[in-house]
Amino acid sequence: MTETPKKSGIMGRLFGRGTATPVVEAPTPVPQAHATEVAVAAAEPRKNWLQRLTSGLAKTSAKLTEGITGIFTKRKLDAETLAELEDVLIQADLGIETATRITAALAKNRLDKSISPEEVRAVLAAEVEKVLTPVARPLIVNGNHKPHVIMVVGVNGGGKTTTIGKLASRYRAEGRSVTIAAGDTFRAAAIDQLKVWGERTGAKVVSGKVGADASGLAFDAFKQARENGSDILIIDTAGRLQNKQALMDELEKVIRVTRKLDPAAPHDVLLVLDATTGQNALNQVEVFRERAGVTGLVMTKLDGTARGGILVAIAAKYGLPVHAVGVGEGIDDLAAFDPGEFARTIAQL
Amino acid sequence: MFQSLSERLSGVLDKLTRRGSLSEADVTEAMREVRRALLEADVALEVVKDFTDKVKAKAVGQNVIKSVSPGQMVIKIVNDELVAMLGSDAAPIDLVATPPVAILMVGLQGSGKTTTTAKIAYRLTNRDKKRVLMASLDTRRPAAQEQLRVLGEQTQVETLPIIAGQQPLAIASRAMEAARLGGFDVILLDTAGRTTIDEALMAEVAAIKTATNPHETLLVADALTGQDAVNTAKAFESRLGVTGIVLTRVDGDGRGGAALSMRAVTGRPIKLIGVGEKWDALEDFHPDRIANRILGMGDIVSLVEKAAANIDADQAAKMAAKMQKGGFDLQDLADQIKQMEKLGGMGGIMGMMPGVAKMKSAMASMPDGEKMLKRQHAIIMSMTTKERRLPKILDGKRKRRIAAGSGTKVEEVNKLLKQHRDMADMMKAMGKNKGLMGKMAGMMGLGGPSAGMGGPPGGGSLPAGITPEMLEQLKKGEMPKGMPQMPSSGGMPKLPGLGGGGLPGLGGARFPGLPGLPAKKK
Repeated sequence: MTETPKKSGIMGRLFGRGTATPVVEAPTPVPQAHATEVAVAAAEPRKNWLQRLTSGLAKTSAKLTEGITGIFTKRKLDAETLAELEDVLIQADLGIETATRITAALAKNRLDKSISPEEVRAVLAAEVEKVLTPVARPLIVNGNHKPHVIMVVGVNGGGKTTTIGKLASRYRAEGRSVTIAAGDTFRAAAIDQLKVWGERTGAKVVSGKVGADASGLAFDAFKQARENGSDILIIDTAGRLQNKQALMDELEKVIRVTRKLDPAAPHDVLLVLDATTGQNALNQVEVFRERAGVTGLVMTKLDGTARGGILVAIAAKYGLPVHAVGVGEGIDDLAAFDPGEFARTIAQL
Repeated sequence: MFQSLSERLSGVLDKLTRRGSLSEADVTEAMREVRRALLEADVALEVVKDFTDKVKAKAVGQNVIKSVSPGQMVIKIVNDELVAMLGSDAAPIDLVATPPVAILMVGLQGSGKTTTTAKIAYRLTNRDKKRVLMASLDTRRPAAQEQLRVLGEQTQVETLPIIAGQQPLAIASRAMEAARLGGFDVILLDTAGRTTIDEALMAEVAAIKTATNPHETLLVADALTGQDAVNTAKAFESRLGVTGIVLTRVDGDGRGGAALSMRAVTGRPIKLIGVGEKWDALEDFHPDRIANRILGMGDIVSLVEKAAANIDADQAAKMAAKMQKGGFDLQDLADQIKQMEKLGGMGGIMGMMPGVAKMKSAMASMPDGEKMLKRQHAIIMSMTTKERRLPKILDGKRKRRIAAGSGTKVEEVNKLLKQHRDMADMMKAMGKNKGLMGKMAGMMGLGGPSAGMGGPPGGGSLPAGITPEMLEQLKKGEMPKGMPQMPSSGGMPKLPGLGGGGLPGLGGARFPGLPGLPAKKK
């Protein structure tokens, strides 16, 4: 988003750690950092998301870096080395296909030549960034539609409701009026959860009863959003596995019904992807895109150990824009997707 | 669960069984494919490596290269390693402790802890007749406590009253106290989702664990998890010491690699799997059965057991003698069809047979295989005893009568007769070739229950002396379509582990009843 000064600070730290003594000292600082972290956590329990993200990523990337460094310090770039590098990428959830492609790019013109660990990381980061750059596109609400209808879909437990809370907070901060349709009428207390977010953000929440028809509720919420002059309507939906035919049918119905009020609606359909998800995420994108007309992605839970490398494979295959990433449970823990940073974090450059 | 992995693996291993001998390169190549299949199923890389290394080490030994059917040896090794990786026995939730028995639920955000808590409570209440109390210690996610309260209402399980503003540790103590005073058998503690690198939250849950001393600490994990499964499992295991794993959303995907990864890196059993949105959509995890299914080796053990229970050994012996003399008549065919039905019909047998993953589509395209067997049986039942003994006497008139009597058509009667002739010819051919005959008889379990039914549960392996090549020769030689037709006919894939087609443990009652199917497919 707009945290340029903070970000450069982090990058500086990453650079510093990376360039100083990447091989020898890397293992030792980790436990120290760990220990101080505990102390800090006790004294000052809340860290901001960037700190948490960085400390989290630092640990996991350290592993990745160790791997790469270990492979390349003393060796030439041969087939075996490439296979090992491919493994390192697979471990970051990039998937076999993408990992193979990136190692192939790496091998180009470099086979049997000596290559330094730094160089390998640079190529790795560049390759990942190359794939991700075209998909890093923010969600644009331009005011052409009133309300601009954003529907949020995804599998259970991905973080849809939390993401909606964060989105509402962001739009409210921009001075827009927001109505939220509590369309998850299935999960117990999903409506209450959204109401809490409504109170936190000052967004209006339109809800029905538990077990009510989701499409009817979406229709009512749309009408109300029009009447109360909202700039944005966010429609929450119940989590559903993409292989459940009946539930996907229901989702199609929600869309059909909103189109009765505005043939162009929903103007955006966001698919929320959990960073811990493996290769199934590709299938989630495929099915939700086909059935619900997904227009963009949000990746959540990047504050954990999961690296979300599947996003690289998704970007390569579907080219759907990645609008934002979730990096915590707090109201502001939604960041713009920065492909360079994502790539560098994977490569720990 | 594991369907896609199963398909891939059975494809890879199928290639091995087609070969008479295996070189080290063949094994290496196969392991490369196995590795790929496992990775695509989201099994963590370190687990995959460990697995393929072990298999390779065992498979590249002299034994395998020189063994009669090396491909099947490799399958057995893979199968054994899979079982070793998944653990062999089912591990249910352990409630043997002084009540109230505390069960602590932990996991990442959105892994399904709260839903799983309610499912377990529902099961313990309704199936095990326990008095269960649920308490939500999730003070972080909005309305999380409310969610559990509502689930309690829906499942009719009591929940700890919510006191706004109370901290997790305090709620935990209150829950334990309430469970003690209330005389509950089990207290389920649902905690907030947390990332493993959030030290403050990990410390909090560790403190809760110390305070409540749970008998079970269950890690709830999403079956769709990718490579991160190992990080999560290791972190929770090392920080808290989990006693078991519950996998959720197992119905979401055919991969399930997370199950293999988590079990392998923690050594903790997968106790339960969540398979749907309903309260009772929670199942015990049977690692041994799952391993068999992953490999597409099917539940050979079950099949063998079932066969032993249902097949009349005397009848099988009589049949064997008849077959050797070449006197296989229509009555025998009818008996065989009946025996197949006892085994659960085509569907039942297919379901238990190896390679079933691949075969499912083939089965789908012939939904009336079952019906077909019934009709064939009906045709034979419409014949007189004399006609069954001497099919030669069947002329047009008799055939019309039989067709009318069985509600079929003359063409169907003819088809059945043709099949019977083919089979009888095959039997005769076997009878002529004495050398082969002995081996075939052995293969088909004619030696009685000890040869067939008591065979090793690993199943699939051909008895010594019979190689896939020999079966191949049988197919090509004077041996007509009958038995060998099944594996080779279009659409019907060759069964891995079965070579040319010998179902272990079925005695004489196997393929003679089957030829109707492939014929129909043409």
